[in-house]
Amino acid sequence: MKKGFQGIRVVKRLGVFICHCGVNIAGTVDVKSVAEKMSRVEDVAHSTDYIYMCSEPGQQIIREAIREKGLEGVVVACCSPSMHENTFRKAVRAEGMNPYLCEIANIREQCSWVHQKEKERATQKAAEIIAATLQKVRENEKLEAITVPVSRRVLVIGGGIAGMTAALDLAEGGYDVVLVERESSLGGHMVQLSRTFPDLNPALEAACERAQRVTSHPRVTLYCSSEIEEIKGYVGNFDLRIRRKATFVDGSRCNGCGACIEVCPVEFPSSFERGLRKRKAIDRRHASSVPNWPTIEGNHCLHFQDGSCDRCRASCAQGAIDFAQKDEGVEERVGAIVVATGYDLYPKEDLGEYGYGEIADVMDALAFERMLSKEGPTGGRILRPSDGRVPKEVVFIQCVASRDPDRYMPYCSRICCMYTAKHATLYKKQVPDGQAYIFYMDIRSDSKGYEEFLQKTIEEERLLYLRGRVARVYQENGKVKVLGTDTLTGKAVEVEADLVVLATALVPSPGVKDLAAKLRATADRFGFLTEAHIKLYPVESSTKGIYLAGCGQGPKDISDTVSQASATASKIQALLSTDKLVQDPLIAFVDEGICSGCGICVEVCPYEAREIDPRRGISNVHEALCQGCGACVAACPNFACELRNSRSDQILAIVDTFIP
Amino acid sequence: MKVGVLVEGGRVDRKFLEDVKRRSGEDPNLCYQCLKCTAGCPTAPFMDIRPNTILRMIQMGQKEAVLQSSAIWLCVSCETCGTRCPNEIDIGVLMDTLREMAVEEGVSAKEKNILLLHQAFIQSIRRGGRVHEATMLVDYKLKSKDFFTDLGPGIQLFFKGKIPLFPDLIKGRQELKRIFDRCQGRK
Repeated sequence: MKKGFQGIRVVKRLGVFICHCGVNIAGTVDVKSVAEKMSRVEDVAHSTDYIYMCSEPGQQIIREAIREKGLEGVVVACCSPSMHENTFRKAVRAEGMNPYLCEIANIREQCSWVHQKEKERATQKAAEIIAATLQKVRENEKLEAITVPVSRRVLVIGGGIAGMTAALDLAEGGYDVVLVERESSLGGHMVQLSRTFPDLNPALEAACERAQRVTSHPRVTLYCSSEIEEIKGYVGNFDLRIRRKATFVDGSRCNGCGACIEVCPVEFPSSFERGLRKRKAIDRRHASSVPNWPTIEGNHCLHFQDGSCDRCRASCAQGAIDFAQKDEGVEERVGAIVVATGYDLYPKEDLGEYGYGEIADVMDALAFERMLSKEGPTGGRILRPSDGRVPKEVVFIQCVASRDPDRYMPYCSRICCMYTAKHATLYKKQVPDGQAYIFYMDIRSDSKGYEEFLQKTIEEERLLYLRGRVARVYQENGKVKVLGTDTLTGKAVEVEADLVVLATALVPSPGVKDLAAKLRATADRFGFLTEAHIKLYPVESSTKGIYLAGCGQGPKDISDTVSQASATASKIQALLSTDKLVQDPLIAFVDEGICSGCGICVEVCPYEAREIDPRRGISNVHEALCQGCGACVAACPNFACELRNSRSDQILAIVDTFIP
Repeated sequence: MKVGVLVEGGRVDRKFLEDVKRRSGEDPNLCYQCLKCTAGCPTAPFMDIRPNTILRMIQMGQKEAVLQSSAIWLCVSCETCGTRCPNEIDIGVLMDTLREMAVEEGVSAKEKNILLLHQAFIQSIRRGGRVHEATMLVDYKLKSKDFFTDLGPGIQLFFKGKIPLFPDLIKGRQELKRIFDRCQGRK
């Protein structure tokens, strides 16, 4: 690839090919007269028209003309370049012409379609557009696609069901995977769940089975208790620094006996158990954690407070406890990244009228999941936290902090309707003489088998669905009073509940905005990572080489998460299927003789493609990163930046053709 | 079943839902308020509570309000609702059950004359096996003390021979009596 602009030989023998596009163009523009007029323009050696240039015979007309007339440059006057630029560039390449000497003059969208009532003037405009494009081709450079070598390793951020699925799919496709998980074990939120809807199969077992496959896969390098510290580079070549936090337990020595956990004297509420149970300072996330060795919470461990305790180390027959362990930095190079950072629940401190955090018997849905889980704090039994009794009246409240643009989140959290139906069903199966009330706004049961599941539960379990938001939840005489309205009858409703379960909004995991900044990926105002196109590129981020899976992109259930994770794996396998990536060469370049190295271009570049070469004191263009947006061209005070084949001199020459 | 939910002061009576379900053979709990029944109901515009709301009130156990409504009496059992219901709830049958329950519970019918007409009709059948319009109408008029409504059309019908003076009795009146006895003993 040439550095800078080295001047070009003006392209002489030009060909003009005017497409009728059926009647789309020819119905408005007098194509014959335009073709005749173009044939008289300087350097035009061939000018013709045809009903459909993009058709196979149409392309043959272009190829024959190149062969017979020895054309050096081609202008096809037809539809938008987004439709057929590639088609015609491929056709001219087949005749040995540099594809960047073929340009499209758009006389359909930008002429015939918008001037259908002014045929004469449309004809004149079409001729001017073609003449301007001819002027551009005259000064075009011959360009070659840029190739970039790629790393065929992949980074997956997040070890929940999304990250595990993407990692496994990629590993099984033959790619090496680096999986980074913030927590001490895999599984994310799925290992907290009791059963999945609508099949009511155990969630923990399914998640742990997948986690086991991840840890035992030879192509997966797993970093638990780790975070991404820095990401540099671009698609094909991301350089990362991963921080492996000290856990003070050597996993390679630990045999999982649990003696250390038993002797540990420090207890504090477990966030995994949503505060319903305590954990030790040395503990596992849950009983069947994968990996299964415990880790030490430095902030709580007495050894790190005052050095007074050494019991876990003393109890460990394997010598796996290592208080001297330090955080460790690991460097990796990968070609693509899957971001599967998952979700959190809306913070309870901000939910005034629901009594959440004040009344012991008001809990969130994940806490209820922990009660339903056989590994959970109650061994799977539903008991009120306040007095341990079996609740006979349970109120479930949906859309807590969801669908409330004024105070909370405007979006639908998507999974609450179904898990609430599941919760109520599992409750009724355990407490058949109990009554479940569900306050809802709408029921959204849009996936396969969901509506049927919902109707079946309402029919069989005699659930009482009440349409309307709850006004207030407060405590009175040992009961939790829930005030609301059944909007279907218009009557005020008051429930004396034993237990209230809130379906709080899903929000992105903490720290996602920082991560997005490191990745140069965009996030919406809530922190959900944004896809490149909601319909056509739903798993790609707007930054090349970065893919999105799971709730980090938006709330979704396990089925959708797994599908999306597999989609990212499939996209990455295609991306990294070759050793080199091919990039469009229509990017910025620097006239090194003029550049003063002021660095303005570095600041304005949205792709971090510009950097100052400190030795030579000038600005460089990183060819793999530059997207050809032109921001630096506009910002450069010395006119040292230009875009290939859209140089200022070309643009001015084009303007001149319009204003003779 | 003791249930701790109050609807504007009254306790939700889940037993009502179960009673209605058992007696009618229809499950009002299946209703998800699509409003197809009310949309097609020819008498809904005249009802104090629309059919879909009646179903909702059964789910909510609002027995008194349902049995006291005019809606259960204004239903003409045309069965449009039941034919169209996506959850196969035969609302016409439900309305019959509700009328029966209202009568048994001694709830004074909101549409008194409709109940009286029903009673006069059934009395007439009980007597002769077939409706005898003349005696039925006299019976109804005496009970309702409403002598003048529809008097004009009545006279026209009489002169066209549509209200015969003498009853047309069926043969199996003994069997009919047994049917009535058995039905009334069923409760």
